[in-house]
Amino acid sequence: MNLQDDVRMFIVDTFLFGEDGGLKDDSSFLEEGIVDSTGIMQLVAFLQDQYLITIEDEELVPENLDSIKKVMRFVESKRRAAKPILGVA
Amino acid sequence: MEMTSKGAFSSQVLQLDPEREVARICGRMRELMLSRVKRRGVVLGLSGGIDSSVTAALAVAALGAERVLGLEMPERHSAQESERFSGMLAASLGIATVKEDISGILESVGFYRRYAEAARRVVPQYGSDWKSKIVTSDVIDHPGFTVFYLVAQGPDGSIVKNRLPLTPYLEIVAATNFKQRVRKMLEYYHADRLHYCVAGTPNRLEYDQGFFVKLGDGAADLKPIAHLYKSQVYQLAQFLGIPEEIRKRRPTTDTYSLAQGQDEFYFSLPYEKMDLCLFGKNNGVPAAEVASALGFRPEQVEMVFKDIDTKRATTSYLHLPPLLVDEIAW
Repeated sequence: MNLQDDVRMFIVDTFLFGEDGGLKDDSSFLEEGIVDSTGIMQLVAFLQDQYLITIEDEELVPENLDSIKKVMRFVESKRRAAKPILGVA
Repeated sequence: MEMTSKGAFSSQVLQLDPEREVARICGRMRELMLSRVKRRGVVLGLSGGIDSSVTAALAVAALGAERVLGLEMPERHSAQESERFSGMLAASLGIATVKEDISGILESVGFYRRYAEAARRVVPQYGSDWKSKIVTSDVIDHPGFTVFYLVAQGPDGSIVKNRLPLTPYLEIVAATNFKQRVRKMLEYYHADRLHYCVAGTPNRLEYDQGFFVKLGDGAADLKPIAHLYKSQVYQLAQFLGIPEEIRKRRPTTDTYSLAQGQDEFYFSLPYEKMDLCLFGKNNGVPAAEVASALGFRPEQVEMVFKDIDTKRATTSYLHLPPLLVDEIAW
């Protein structure tokens, strides 16, 4: 699976009891009431473990984490910045 | 309560007629006790803070000092001044008090051990002689998601501040909630043995924004000041003759072993400013007007408005009774 599918599956499994309910790649987690601040902490833990990245305090903003698309772009940029990439999903 | 018809939006909108408001609250308390609660008196926990002091004074004004029991429930991390202030308050009101040190119960349920274990996940050297508290990122200076930190102080006075990942954050909060729940258990013990009810002490900011522990300090039979903004609680305190030292204290949670202001942990602003933002939001005052009263930029007040909505949404379950599949009517 690609990064986008991984993130989608994590969001749907963790916060929506496995039912995606029409979640779009650009749906705002906050505006749709899908993920609150505790949920963001859970998402951050997942991203750090799964992609071996470190997310800094100042990166914890909606522009990086508030939709599947934003998360994907953010993780990709973190991985690019952390080259060489280790063998991760 | 209405906005002033002339002039700019200011803290004047929160001005009450304290005499009238006290009479109104006391009348309502008596009415509810007689018609709904049907208990002979009131038990409440005294923290030495302004909210429990005003609630106690209102209960005395409504029912008489002989029908009010104050509980002092310190534990080993409580601020020493809390007991001095609660004692001062009880003496000034002439109410009976019972002191229950809850350290033993907290030890038995493993609170101190569980807390230290969770803290060690982010501060490995954290020991039993360390103190700590949780603080949050600043909503105004750090727009974004709320970030929680553990601030820990070693026995040599050195301070460590580390971001809390989800698991230790939840474990620390869950363990700390034992304190409020143990206190509430004791309040109901005394209420049951005296055939009294339990008064809760949240002010409007706490009630509206979900700053309480479900089945802990959130549990009560009556909440006499839940409709009052914090600055209005202070107005009543003055009218009710609450000792000046209690009125001059800055609000503290007195929950963590390191002193913690309420605005470090939960509210995005000190209460005077938070009151105005909440009032403005509740009454449709534009952010720009609230901002000019507070000396902020409009976008900063917009962020506070948004934070108010977020807290309402994320804590709404705290107000819910147990939910049923089918409604049961009687």
